[in-house]
Amino acid sequence: MGKLYKFLKYFFITFWAVFVVAPFLWALTTSFKDFNSVNGGATYIPWVDFEPKLEGWRVLIKSPANGGVDIIEPYFNSLFVTCTASLISIVLGTLSAYALSRFTFKAGFVKNNDITFFFISQRIMPPIVLSIPFFLFLGAINLLDSLIGLIVVYIVLLMPIAVWIMVDFFNKVPREIDETALIDGCNPYQAFFKVVLPNSIPGLIVAGMFCIIFGWIDFFFAFILTFTEVQLLPVKIVALNSSITPWWSLSASALVSVAPLIIVAFIVERYLSKGNLSGAIK
Amino acid sequence: MNLVAENLSYKPDEQFHLNEVSFNFEKGNIYTILGRTLSGKTTLLKTIAGLLTPDTGAMQFEDKDFLKVPVWERNIAMVYQQFINYPHLNVFENVAFPLKQRKVDDQLINDEVTKSLKSVGLEGYETRKIQELSGGQQQRVSLARSLVKNAKILLLDEPLVNLDYKLREQLREEFKNIFSQGLSEDSIVVFSTTDPREAMEINGEVIVLDEGKVLQVGSAKEIFENPKTLKVAEISNDPPMNILKASIETNKIKFEEIEVELPNHLSNLKEKNFNLGIRASDIKLSDSGFEFEVELAEISGSETLLHLKRGNSRIIISIEEVLNFNIHDKVKISFNISKIYAFNENGVLSSSPFGGSYV
Repeated sequence: MGKLYKFLKYFFITFWAVFVVAPFLWALTTSFKDFNSVNGGATYIPWVDFEPKLEGWRVLIKSPANGGVDIIEPYFNSLFVTCTASLISIVLGTLSAYALSRFTFKAGFVKNNDITFFFISQRIMPPIVLSIPFFLFLGAINLLDSLIGLIVVYIVLLMPIAVWIMVDFFNKVPREIDETALIDGCNPYQAFFKVVLPNSIPGLIVAGMFCIIFGWIDFFFAFILTFTEVQLLPVKIVALNSSITPWWSLSASALVSVAPLIIVAFIVERYLSKGNLSGAIK
Repeated sequence: MNLVAENLSYKPDEQFHLNEVSFNFEKGNIYTILGRTLSGKTTLLKTIAGLLTPDTGAMQFEDKDFLKVPVWERNIAMVYQQFINYPHLNVFENVAFPLKQRKVDDQLINDEVTKSLKSVGLEGYETRKIQELSGGQQQRVSLARSLVKNAKILLLDEPLVNLDYKLREQLREEFKNIFSQGLSEDSIVVFSTTDPREAMEINGEVIVLDEGKVLQVGSAKEIFENPKTLKVAEISNDPPMNILKASIETNKIKFEEIEVELPNHLSNLKEKNFNLGIRASDIKLSDSGFEFEVELAEISGSETLLHLKRGNSRIIISIEEVLNFNIHDKVKISFNISKIYAFNENGVLSSSPFGGSYV
């Protein structure tokens, strides 16, 4: 029983790991191949199966005129939009979450929980439903096909995540800590910034990471709300997926585009495994 | 100037958390709020602190309308029953926090914090993280933080309740020392507790609170000797005072087919029927006594608490040694009749062994 259990356990873990990692390995090996290696059948091990070439990676920094894939500008666009939208979402989301956690709001039948639900409900609707109003709205204020317009839309999408995570987090910070800060001579703002916020850093990190992940991977809105002026990375990568772009440069671009997320995932994982975030996410 | 409150009421839901509470706290004194859980003790302390605003009533301190002063300007200190400290700061920084907030000079902060940590027995722990301390030590840090401020009003909300037995004894001694030496002439200490023994030991003025209402105010001795009502007698004794329905017939007290002599202090009792009150410690096992049936025997420390039954009456007696009993055993007990309290049918004290009466 014990041995069989152990065998099955490791079998499934290995199976799952291979299942998850295989596409990355596939892309990684492909990015180092040239025409002959790609067309020569499935090969995996460099120097043994095929001769690695750096051509796929070189095109990343080449200008389009010289046959480059032109992802540098979309890359920085994506970085700028994601970071700005995440930062604003975290600041606004944290403030709203603190208010929702500590103060009692009432407007008719609308109470704290209803407001929290309202925030989260923004994420319940399928994106396609939101896309038309967003399109018309951005069109009306002349922000279609602009970075600012995308930031506005991303704040709408990311802030609910921040609110959701931070409300839960603040609910777990005892109220008595705020009260003690007030008793010790802090006004409510000082109590928030000097006591509550420093104790919420793990929550802020997790909320921030989630915002970055969801902002970075969004394809749909970046696709709908931009045309020619501004292009974000996911749209660009998909656009590359055509017969003109060789497989090796496509693979290299895709790997570069997920690199930030891999870094983020490692940071979150480190915080989670430390155990000091055990209550921060459900 | 005193801290004076008039008719404070607070009713956030169907129930009163405070119901017409009035008091007059003088500087240099210790006040104990005695009441069971949910009796409104914490609400009262939070109202004094300014964390809650009562629906009605007034509070004055040092010639100011205290209800209009925001918490952070009230110069109070409060210790909670949960060990509340700032988890992101170490022990020294925790205690220094209120002084830093006042922008006190660094050298002075250093001196004051060191002095305060010494007074709670935590010297040498300055750089420790809060999470590395035991519950008792955490509670001492919050005590040190509240002492360092030299606050005019020090509020202690059941500070010992979440500690284990031994630490509680130890910290209670320390409290007594701190209160007797360190307390300055112009501060008020308010201490809340559910434990009557604690209230007696602190030995200040006791306020008995129940369902948000003040039932009795008096010295610890006065509350012990002459509890105003049945409710006070229940709250201020642990185990609660035994109450039996009794009647007087020709110089005898009768209850549950038991007859005992009428003690002198009950001889002027007007009513025939009354509620007889007697403390668990005033009932003894005795071979010549009356037979009761054992319902439960609890051993608590070095004493045994026996829950007994006879007819419709249930009583608890405490025996100062550890004895084993089985359920349904028959035991014989005798009552110390000189310690019998009489409460009238409305539950008001009509005669006590110490001569008090509220009828």
